[in-house]
Amino acid sequence: MNWALEVTQLRKSFGNVMVTQDIDLRVASGERRLIIGPNGAGKTTLFAQITGEIHPDSGRVQVLGVDVTHESVQKRAHVGLSRTYQIINLFHKNTVLHNVALSLMGISKQRFDAFHVLKPRDAVYDRAFDFLQQVGLEDKAHKLLGEMSYGEQRRVEIAVAVCQCPKILLLDEPLAGLSKAERQLVQQLINELPKSMAIVMIEHDMDVALAFAEKISVLHHGSLVVEGDRDTVVNHPKTREVYLGH
Amino acid sequence: MRKYPSRLWVLVLLLALGLLPLFAGEYYVNLSSQMLIAVIFASSLNLLVGYAGLTSLGHATYLGLSAYFSAWLGIKLGLGHAFTAPLAMALTTLVAMVFGWIALRATGLGFLMLTLALSQIIWGLAYRWVSVTNGDNGLSGLTRPTLPGIDLNVSANFYWFSLVVTTLCVAVIYQFANSPFGASIEGTKHQARRMSAMGYNVWAIRWITYVVAGFFGAVAGLLYVYFNKYIHPSVFSIAASAEVLLCVIAGGASTIIGPMIGAVLIVFLKSFASAYIERWTMLMGFVFLLIVMFLPRGLVFAQWPSWLQFKGKGHSKASGLGVKS
Repeated sequence: MNWALEVTQLRKSFGNVMVTQDIDLRVASGERRLIIGPNGAGKTTLFAQITGEIHPDSGRVQVLGVDVTHESVQKRAHVGLSRTYQIINLFHKNTVLHNVALSLMGISKQRFDAFHVLKPRDAVYDRAFDFLQQVGLEDKAHKLLGEMSYGEQRRVEIAVAVCQCPKILLLDEPLAGLSKAERQLVQQLINELPKSMAIVMIEHDMDVALAFAEKISVLHHGSLVVEGDRDTVVNHPKTREVYLGH
Repeated sequence: MRKYPSRLWVLVLLLALGLLPLFAGEYYVNLSSQMLIAVIFASSLNLLVGYAGLTSLGHATYLGLSAYFSAWLGIKLGLGHAFTAPLAMALTTLVAMVFGWIALRATGLGFLMLTLALSQIIWGLAYRWVSVTNGDNGLSGLTRPTLPGIDLNVSANFYWFSLVVTTLCVAVIYQFANSPFGASIEGTKHQARRMSAMGYNVWAIRWITYVVAGFFGAVAGLLYVYFNKYIHPSVFSIAASAEVLLCVIAGGASTIIGPMIGAVLIVFLKSFASAYIERWTMLMGFVFLLIVMFLPRGLVFAQWPSWLQFKGKGHSKASGLGVKS
């Protein structure tokens, strides 16, 4: 089978602390995968190794069959990997439209263009606006990101990641810190994302997360302890042990 | 929202500047030429400090190197200005490539210290490598280039020449800073990690910006050596680098107009204060202190009367590019 994302025997330690222990993870094209585990289980560190922000001590990361283990973060974005962060790190002094346009330019040759003044009527802004229409954020296009609510910013963050049409989207706790109403909006946005992209999500809100997931991986102390469909994982004694301690 | 000077204002300003030698005395024409050179120099540093968020304390290196290369190639190899000018700019840009590669091992304070260290190496070389630089005596007996039918030894002609070069440089810097690549430079300043995740090569963007800043520093260096017809190692001093940094910060970093205003102000203060006050550097320090205390973002961000403010044109949707100031 051709996997969208294939992680093989990934291992990483910081000093004596083993944060990722020989993790094997395979995500199919279009799959919705949930990664859960208690705080400190190594979920975000796993994401960072997949995106190249942290280099593993050993193991391999393949995106669409391409070995990207030794590739830079930006190269992986060009291969088809995109992500969101636990803490939103977008451009708060810029408009939503500019945030999306910057993302669109990131994977196009236009990013090298130093000879034309970027104007509001440029095609990249039209494309950004079209995309914002697709995700229902067109009315926010000209708002400064820093003046928006946290929930709105989270939706923009997902839009910024998705506008690159990645093959794999990594969502790191996209619902954390949101109100119930905001959660519903973000959840709706995630649910409407095209099946052409595989989504791997870290989330603590179990109601939302379990409804989203087709397959779940449970991490504990840097190891993958349980993997399977929703019912298998929820009823697995290891899952109970990880979360309840018995 | 960004404030852009309208085209009309730019044309009026250029016209006024062009007419200046017709009614100003030679002293003021020469002073204005120095201001124009400082404008290029400050605008080049602004690419690093204002747009890329990389504060350098070694930018005088590029002005000085270009001036020395030009002088040395002319004196020692007997080359004409048609050869020395492009060679000096090319060699200086080459040094900027190497120094940028070294300095960009770090950002923030580390970058600042590396640029300072590298500039001090060049400063030391300029003083000690006497066989090449003539040491503390500097290189003298230099000439200004001659253009067909134009004698650049005439103050007004040199001023107009400088005005044309400065206008071109500022226009190119404006275009560079406001291009898609310029947008990525600002992106790396605010969210380097996000920029990488979006597919941008953050290090390369910073390096290219560093090299371009070095190139325009070299252009300023050529005008500097043409104007003074003499070059001394003090041009590499930390004070020279600090002074151009002061121009950028005083005027308002990350704007096109800010460093230009800062450069004019600092050259004006230097010239006038040094004529009347013995300890004029103290006055400069005092002015800087006032700006930092009361206008920390620079003069362009001050609340000026409405008739003095630049108004944007054609950016109602702007929002698109909008950076809140």
